[in-house]
Amino acid sequence: MLLNEFLILAAFLFCTGVYGVLARKHAVLVLMSIELMLAGVNINLVAFGAFHNSDIGQVFALFVLTIAAAEVGIGLAIVLLIYRNLHSADLDDVDSLKG
Amino acid sequence: MIAENVVFGIIAAAMALGAIGVVRTKNVVHAALYLVVVLAGGAAQFILLGQEFVAWVQVLVYIGAVIVLFLFGIMLTRAPMHPKDSLDNDLRWPAAVTSLFLVGILVGLLVHTFHADKVDVQRPVRTADVTSSIFTTYIVPFEVVGVLLLGALIGAVVLARKD
Amino acid sequence: MFFLDQAWLVPLIPAISFVVILLFGKRMPRQGSEVGVVAVGASFLLSCGAVVRWILRVHDAEGGSALGAFGRSIGRIGADHAEVPVLPVLHHVTWFQNGGVRLTAGIQIDGLAVVMMFVVTLISLLVHVYSLEYMRGDRRFTYFYAALSLFTASMLLLVVADNTLQLLVGWELVGVCSFMLIGHWWEEKPNSDAALKAFLTTRTGDIGLLTGVIMTFFIVQRATGVGSFNIVALNQAVSDPSSKVGHTLILWCAAALMLAIVGKSGQFPLHTWLPDAMAGPTPVSALIHAATMVVAGVYLGARVYPVFFHGFSIGDGGVNPMAAIGGITVIVGALLAFVQDDIKKVLAYSTISQLGYMVMALGVGAWTAAVFHLFTHAFFKADLFLGAGSVSHSGSHHSFDMKTDMGGLKKYMPQTYKTFVIGTLALAGIFPLAGFWSKDEILVNAGHNNYKLFLVIGLVGAFMTAAYMTRCVYLTFHGEYRGGHEPHAIPHVDEAEHDPIDTPASVEHDAEVHPPHESNRLLTGPLWVLSFFAVFAGFLNFPHFSRFEKWFQPRYPAGFAEILHPVAFNPILATVSVLIAGAGIGIASAYYLGKLPQGLSERNAIARAGKRFLVNKYYLDYVYENVIVAGIKGPISTGVYWFNQNVIDNVLNYTGRGAQALGRATYEYVDQKGVDGLVNGIATLTGESGGEVRKIQTGRLQFYALVLVAAVVIFAGVLWIST
Repeated sequence: MLLNEFLILAAFLFCTGVYGVLARKHAVLVLMSIELMLAGVNINLVAFGAFHNSDIGQVFALFVLTIAAAEVGIGLAIVLLIYRNLHSADLDDVDSLKG
Repeated sequence: MIAENVVFGIIAAAMALGAIGVVRTKNVVHAALYLVVVLAGGAAQFILLGQEFVAWVQVLVYIGAVIVLFLFGIMLTRAPMHPKDSLDNDLRWPAAVTSLFLVGILVGLLVHTFHADKVDVQRPVRTADVTSSIFTTYIVPFEVVGVLLLGALIGAVVLARKD
Repeated sequence: MFFLDQAWLVPLIPAISFVVILLFGKRMPRQGSEVGVVAVGASFLLSCGAVVRWILRVHDAEGGSALGAFGRSIGRIGADHAEVPVLPVLHHVTWFQNGGVRLTAGIQIDGLAVVMMFVVTLISLLVHVYSLEYMRGDRRFTYFYAALSLFTASMLLLVVADNTLQLLVGWELVGVCSFMLIGHWWEEKPNSDAALKAFLTTRTGDIGLLTGVIMTFFIVQRATGVGSFNIVALNQAVSDPSSKVGHTLILWCAAALMLAIVGKSGQFPLHTWLPDAMAGPTPVSALIHAATMVVAGVYLGARVYPVFFHGFSIGDGGVNPMAAIGGITVIVGALLAFVQDDIKKVLAYSTISQLGYMVMALGVGAWTAAVFHLFTHAFFKADLFLGAGSVSHSGSHHSFDMKTDMGGLKKYMPQTYKTFVIGTLALAGIFPLAGFWSKDEILVNAGHNNYKLFLVIGLVGAFMTAAYMTRCVYLTFHGEYRGGHEPHAIPHVDEAEHDPIDTPASVEHDAEVHPPHESNRLLTGPLWVLSFFAVFAGFLNFPHFSRFEKWFQPRYPAGFAEILHPVAFNPILATVSVLIAGAGIGIASAYYLGKLPQGLSERNAIARAGKRFLVNKYYLDYVYENVIVAGIKGPISTGVYWFNQNVIDNVLNYTGRGAQALGRATYEYVDQKGVDGLVNGIATLTGESGGEVRKIQTGRLQFYALVLVAAVVIFAGVLWIST
């Protein structure tokens, strides 16, 4: 297997995630897109770990997993808060920074 | 070697379709299910790379817990379950162009850098090695992550609490 | 030499006390206050030991026993004592090392340091004791004591510092503590505003300190080849006539440090924070004004005096920035003190004026006089502040307004009255109280060093001081009691009617209605101790006896010692200054005592008294009209007050009020004269361009993210192509 197979897959997942973050209206969908990006990152880490015949890739992927879980927890709590205050989880409604 | 590549190709295709599904579907619940496909595919790729432990953690943590969390989030915010108007905003096209450029640059760079490097998986990495790594070399980050999780837990409770 | 070598314990003990109070204070039986009192008490004892050891060291250096030196010095006339060098006690440890530069933390214990240690710990100890009663039941009692401890520790750290960098650390810590304590009752907006104002204004000066401290490093480097923040090395480098340090560098360093002094010691024009700082609890005001915060600036001036002396060319008798700022501050502060109704603000402006004296003394080359005045002023000003606190605590229901809530308290609060009068007389410079000796020394030195202008300013300041303090005493303690709802009712009738004013300091035992009464011993005890010093501290520098000068004047390095010229006592000048002060008191009391039946004729009577034109104008414009014809304020004082409140504040709040004033001026002069089109055109242009720019600010997070990602992509692409 070529290393590039995995890396390109990871790059594709990451960029799809970027698109999702930029273009999705619903806050939960944005969070899912962030998970896509993190999945791409994890594949990168694990692929490089295997490439170097090392377990370091796994260790870091585990850390990323943990952080991602924490991020989802906090992210959803924030989304709930937004929903409670604005009665909508639509990010287009969150524009109090508007100049 | 051929077999591995074929398996990789099939899984990768499924993941790519799943990823596109996550960012294109008009139903929020479907998006979560597509995400399951992507993550499960990721776990399969990990096994293919001989990294079993992280693969099972991915299944347990992501598919078992995070997706459930997402479904809760969807439910609590009364997300639209039925396809009606678009779930995308008006930045769709600029975002698509930007992402395409990004993927183009990344792929170009990768091909340029690692054009024929091969991943040679002789035997799966033993879980014992991973854990001994975590609990010796990476013990401090491990503890820090523990504290971070605790902080996130408290933070999430404080944020979501009705007061 | 335990007390001198181990002087680092003096700041350390309150610092430990701060930590202990913060961590365990709430669980202690007296909520942490006992720790603070004991710690500062221990520091005080160590400081006393240090003072004694230092005096012995001076005598040892001169040879012979202390008694012999005592005998010899009685017949001495002034100038020969500086010949014997007495080395300061120096100890330091390496703080950190970076790029070949070794920075140290250490102590430099010499006469100035031991005097300051004594003053700071004594005042702080009394304030700690006083606060036991004054702050009892306060909502943040423990926190208050923790902050007091840290305040004391920071000031002591600054005092013992052997290098300017450590001095800077102590200086900033003092600023932070004053912020915390001035804003102690931060729930009320004015209090937190005052704290912010104090902090930001002094920060303005701190820019100067930081710059100056950096320059001190290079001055030493220029002179010795090895850069250092060491104060002794700095003074040596600056004083040495053959050194390679250019005058310009010293001048800039002096200017930068002067800015620091102006900010910290409330000198014109950065003095505006000091009266506002009255928002803090009264014991804190006493501490800030007498021992810690504001005297830090004067201390800095005294500590690195050769920098100022040579930088500003003080020796040559010309007007220099230091003397000028000090002189202006003397007058400005004293003028403003006349129009205040708040007893604490009178004292605050008085402090400004007295700090002006100290800075002016430094500016006219009277180092010893400046430090001596700092020393005596600490006692009587702390006495006055704590007295004002006692009045407010027990006599006026936590109000500080002399006009509405005080008056006639003499018979209710005899102890407070006596101590307050002692403090007033000392401040006014009446023979033989402490203020007389120190103020007189400043004046004698100013005259001797050919600074006639500042001699006159000093005398005018002395007159004003006497007059406004008499006004203050009269309004507070004499006349009719005005507290309660009916100002003209007989005191014992309206006592039963009024409600206590709800202030942050209100405590349980004051919650019910009661007449004014004497404060208890925790309040009067410190007052009497301070009164004792206010009476007797001045004798330390009795003419021809001059223990203060002999013991505490620096004798090392030689260049520093050389520039200090002690001047003999001048009986004529002393008599004049006492007469002037007496005239101030006499005029003010004559006015107040005869005020009620016929105010106008009183004015004429004073005019007939044949006092100086300026004096009369002063008195009439400020005291008389302000009190009786309450709408017609005296032009100069009101003008200065206006200047103070508007112009100076405007400069300080430049971005805010300056823009506003500019807008107003534009409206009045451009718009009103018919150039509407231009103005509107500019406004429209600005508005429309703003509107265009505004469109980018969609407030949508995803749009911002898109721009961010796109930028990254573009940069990445450009990088890739270009390599």
